[in-house]
Amino acid sequence: MGAFVFSGLAVDDAFRIHMGILTFILGLGTIIAIRLPQPVAGADDKSGYMDGPVRVGSILTVFWGIIGFTVGLVAALQLAWPELNFGPWFNFGRIRPLHTSAVIFAFGGTALITTSFYVVQRTTRARLFGGDLAWFVFWGYQLFIAMAATGYLLGITQSREYAEPEWYVDIWLTIVWVAYLVLFMGTLLKRKEPHIYVANWFYLAFIVTVALLHVVNNLAVPVSPFGARSYSLFSGVQDAMTQWWYGHNAVGFFLTAGFLGMMYYYLPKQAGRPVYPYRLSIIHFWALIFLYIWAGPHHLYYTALPDWAQTLGMVFSIMLWMPSWGGMINGLMTLRGAWDKMRTDPIIRMMVLAVAFYGMSTFEGPVMSIKSVNALSHYTDWTIGHVHSGALGWVGMISFGAIYFMVPRLWNRERLYSLRMVNWHFWLATLGIVVYASVMWVSGVMQGLMWREYDSQGFLVYSFAESVAALHPYYVMRAAGGLLYLAGGVVMAVNIGMTIAGRVRTEKPMPAPAQLQPAE
Amino acid sequence: MSILDKHGVIERNASLLLVGSLVVVCIGGLVEVTPLFFFQNTIEKVEGMRPYSPLELAGRDIYIREGCYVCHSQMIRPFRDEVERYGNYSLAAESMYDHPFQWGSKRTGPDLARVGGRYSNEWQVQHLTDPRSVVPESIMPSYAFLAKATLDYRTIGGMLQANARVGVPYTQEMIDNAAADLLAQATPDADTAATAERYPKAVFGDFDGSPMRITEMDALISYLQMLGTLVDFDTYDTQANLR
Repeated sequence: MGAFVFSGLAVDDAFRIHMGILTFILGLGTIIAIRLPQPVAGADDKSGYMDGPVRVGSILTVFWGIIGFTVGLVAALQLAWPELNFGPWFNFGRIRPLHTSAVIFAFGGTALITTSFYVVQRTTRARLFGGDLAWFVFWGYQLFIAMAATGYLLGITQSREYAEPEWYVDIWLTIVWVAYLVLFMGTLLKRKEPHIYVANWFYLAFIVTVALLHVVNNLAVPVSPFGARSYSLFSGVQDAMTQWWYGHNAVGFFLTAGFLGMMYYYLPKQAGRPVYPYRLSIIHFWALIFLYIWAGPHHLYYTALPDWAQTLGMVFSIMLWMPSWGGMINGLMTLRGAWDKMRTDPIIRMMVLAVAFYGMSTFEGPVMSIKSVNALSHYTDWTIGHVHSGALGWVGMISFGAIYFMVPRLWNRERLYSLRMVNWHFWLATLGIVVYASVMWVSGVMQGLMWREYDSQGFLVYSFAESVAALHPYYVMRAAGGLLYLAGGVVMAVNIGMTIAGRVRTEKPMPAPAQLQPAE
Repeated sequence: MSILDKHGVIERNASLLLVGSLVVVCIGGLVEVTPLFFFQNTIEKVEGMRPYSPLELAGRDIYIREGCYVCHSQMIRPFRDEVERYGNYSLAAESMYDHPFQWGSKRTGPDLARVGGRYSNEWQVQHLTDPRSVVPESIMPSYAFLAKATLDYRTIGGMLQANARVGVPYTQEMIDNAAADLLAQATPDADTAATAERYPKAVFGDFDGSPMRITEMDALISYLQMLGTLVDFDTYDTQANLR
């Protein structure tokens, strides 16, 4: 109702349409909620855990993954063939934020909320705190996604990368996020296990830091309470620093700390080995969350940001290599004595590849944070390649692993529909990432070198347009890499769907563990 | 290893863990971000910077709405090739009225920090309408729809007011005359003396080739045509700002 009234009072068209969409979503939600059969109390309680949101979340994670990868593929094709822009709604400038938010916040965020609900209950042996609060957090977050996504297509944006939604959507997310923090802390406080498991440290740091980043970075003054547009509180150089303090730590806390929490539960579980060495996880945790925050200025080298801030950013970005690899080493050493499962268990293989890509991209990151390297790499496709080796390799693969682990358990299935399909997913995705990342290295470095190429008489060799033309074949190949990754996602969706439907595929088992051969 | 053994206390106390994490993550931000607001040498002293005229501000909002920043930076780095290609390296002062900043992070297209005055209005219209008709290699989307969309400036006064609230030095006179100034800047042969006095160096006239109405194309091009033109680098003294 409120949204309907706001729609009527709107001072600009975009806000009116957006509020209309909100009215529609809320109306539909209400009708579904009323028509839905009331669940029998206690039906969910066999395990004593609240797994309803986790089940819906597992399905939606797969759904948003497919959406996010598809929009990414569209954006990639638009760069290769600009005729594919259909303005104003489907121009690259609006599609790109839709892609980044769909993968980071819709796919990644839903995966994080879902897995954190699953993990915190099982590691504290307590039911989620606050009853239906979990449903509020879950559907509230989905509403945020829907409002953000429709807003981008309507051109409602703050232009702050990875924080594009306008003020009213930001306020809604703040409410949902505080509820999430209350829910998570509440569950930790009523735990039956005296010790707080390491995965929960990372989830907690992720939730509380994202709250801080989100609120500070989105401080803005709206033009009207009935209009979409707002102007940020800070300007110019201070605004740039605040935005990249946020932007880099969206990577650090959303895409790293949160997903490390995921790794610390699902990897040891799937491998059947405890986290080892435990002490490393303590050092790595505090060092990681302390150092990450400082790294923002590496997005602003050689800009009008004062030198002292740039230098500070570089020093900490390079140091960040160590705690990042602490996480990788911790993950890999946990597998000691279980490495043979790499051959037989495609889910373990997926998780190991995720950790390996985490290690690779957190090495590449510090390298790119060296100012002289950044002078070449900044503004080019190299950055895009780097982000995707982290996002597709680390975030994507560890989430897929977690989904494959959870779904049979959540629906009480004996096993997944097909392990061979997991294997197919693994290879399609891996090939996709490798194509994507290597193509972007070549195109990024080439772009950077063409821009700074001088001839013997001291003239610039290439016009900007020539560098754009040179990139075309790479943009086509990049789209092919994305298509492979998307194909892997579709294979996963079918596999998960069949598993939930209770089907089991008759197939040859994956290679059995090798039999010990007596020496001859 | 005694310190690590004591860590067991934190591992058994969720509140301690929460507070500890929050304190640890606050330090970096406090040290890096807050001094920028207090150190005087963060923003250079320059002649010529002024707030955006109402038409330019409306154009800037369209630039943001269409996500131009996704492919175009507005930050020239102090390298020989960039200075030759785009002009003098960007100063912090040049974006001090930018709420939010538009430095960008990717150059799928060229830098736009000093694109103002570089091309004619006719070129800009043609390029925005059909980019490949003037730059065959371009992969930019078409923005032909901007020329068809009449500019909605009902809230222009509020836009200036909101900018004034966050610190842009718009005077009450500027806010009161926002709509009139916007009209004057985009209408050929209008009386522009008062507007020109409020917004020095503003470019006047019809931008999109259809003088009968003010379109979003008018606003966007007026913004593009002023980018990077306010500070005169013939008289700018680099040394004066070494503090």
